Amino acid sequence: MKKLINDPADVVAEALRGVAAAHPELRVDHENRVVLRGDAPVQGKVGLVSGGGSGHEPMHAGFVGMGMLDAACAGEVFTSPVPDQVVAATRGVDGGAGVLHIVKNYTGDVMNFEMAAELVAAESDTEVVAVVTDDDVAVQDSLYTAGRRGVGVTVLVEKLAGAAAEEGRPLAEVADIAKRVNGNGRSMGMALTSGTVPAAGRPTFDLPDDEMEIGIGIHGEPGRRRVPLAPAREVAEMLLEPVLTDLDMTGGDGVIAFVNGMGGTPLLELYLMYAEVVAVLEKAGVGVARNLVGSYMTSLDMAGCSVTLLKADDELLRLWDAPVRTPSLRWGA
Amino acid sequence: MSAVDAAALTAWVREFARLAHEQRDALTRLDAAIGDADHGANLDRGLTAVVAALEAQPADDPAAVLKTVATTLIKTVGGASGPLYGTFFLRAAGALDGDDGRALATAVRAGYDGVVARGKAERGDKTMLDALGPACDALDEAVAAGESLDDALRAAAAAAAAGRDATEPLVARKGRASYLGERSAGHVDPGAASATLLVEAAATALAGRG
Repeated sequence: MKKLINDPADVVAEALRGVAAAHPELRVDHENRVVLRGDAPVQGKVGLVSGGGSGHEPMHAGFVGMGMLDAACAGEVFTSPVPDQVVAATRGVDGGAGVLHIVKNYTGDVMNFEMAAELVAAESDTEVVAVVTDDDVAVQDSLYTAGRRGVGVTVLVEKLAGAAAEEGRPLAEVADIAKRVNGNGRSMGMALTSGTVPAAGRPTFDLPDDEMEIGIGIHGEPGRRRVPLAPAREVAEMLLEPVLTDLDMTGGDGVIAFVNGMGGTPLLELYLMYAEVVAVLEKAGVGVARNLVGSYMTSLDMAGCSVTLLKADDELLRLWDAPVRTPSLRWGA
Repeated sequence: MSAVDAAALTAWVREFARLAHEQRDALTRLDAAIGDADHGANLDRGLTAVVAALEAQPADDPAAVLKTVATTLIKTVGGASGPLYGTFFLRAAGALDGDDGRALATAVRAGYDGVVARGKAERGDKTMLDALGPACDALDEAVAAGESLDDALRAAAAAAAAGRDATEPLVARKGRASYLGERSAGHVDPGAASATLLVEAAATALAGRG
């Protein structure tokens, strides 16, 4: 393992020190490992709290700021935050209009956020609503599994629900926007190499030089099938075929197309992939209204990418264009 | 010697912590195969904090020991195993009434029921329940048959280990391994492996107490 770290046990705490130093406009609660907007709680605004395991940067701390999240809880690498962290974040962003928890659908994340919501309800009258994202078409959705994973659409939920909250919309409406985005978004990812968890010291899985993994998750959990390495053109088709089969993306006002890097793939390749994605979508009769290209939801140093499509409408596009000012997503402000 | 006093429960948890530390890399390897390669590190970190908490505030009340274990695990482990092991000890603390083998069996059963409720899983889903469930059954049976605590816990540990081994061919239906579908078969479940350590620790630490 070659990493720019000191002690593997200190990776998260030390990275948060860097976040605090780089972004004086944010407030970092080092004890609870929570990153908050500097002006939180914003009175009268719905507070947005997300969080999850570390190792997916810039998600979630990189999305804290005006027009997006009010707080992000950083768990250990690939491990959900604990309830105390979520409780601290919820208290820290409660401006009297209630708090929305944005939770990715993983067993641990759901359990810890649930326990936190129970603790908040027992100790205060802060209204908390949770929206769970589950957009990964690689996983079969069934009563007999943990359900689909929350992946790329989470970034879009945080942006769009964040914009709705910034407009002063009430909790129920902000939650509805979040659910609508999740319901209309689908993702599929792939890996060329495994990431290496600092505490584990070796790659989570071995992937031969001439193979790739299709349907990968963001924690290095292996995907559903291994196939021979193929040109980007074919990879784009392999990723989009199940997405477009799962949800009809034609009609409406077009899609927000999001090509996301897994942490170890250069932007050069991500733009190349985006061109291939646009070509496949053109052939499928799907119009692209907006796009996002870059590494926003990573899996440490894994090489690979995911593609997320969100079927948009006028309102979602307006919320997408609304100003946002966070460390990793900023425009119009 | 009384079986399940505060000192005995502390010894049990310390032994669990020792085993988890010793098996840390093995647990992580199991998790790397079908999960996300953090189970050993997370459990080791949480149980190290538990041992420190028990040293910082030693309790005379057995239920208080279990409660400290529960809250420390919930505060430090994260993931799914934090709430699940935390719930196990929290429910066991609430149900502990008495200091004999029967009381221990009742408490452990309550802990198991808590894990079922929190995780919404069943036996056969390839989770920690596949080791804990058979262990509870064996413990109940042995205690009802009037066996010594030593024998009962040895039977429970053997049942847990057999349950753990039986997870190998199963297809996971809960937790991160479930994302793999059929590909999760052929690997022992890391949660069942750590739950077996929990029961083996009881057999070792409580040996000679009845």
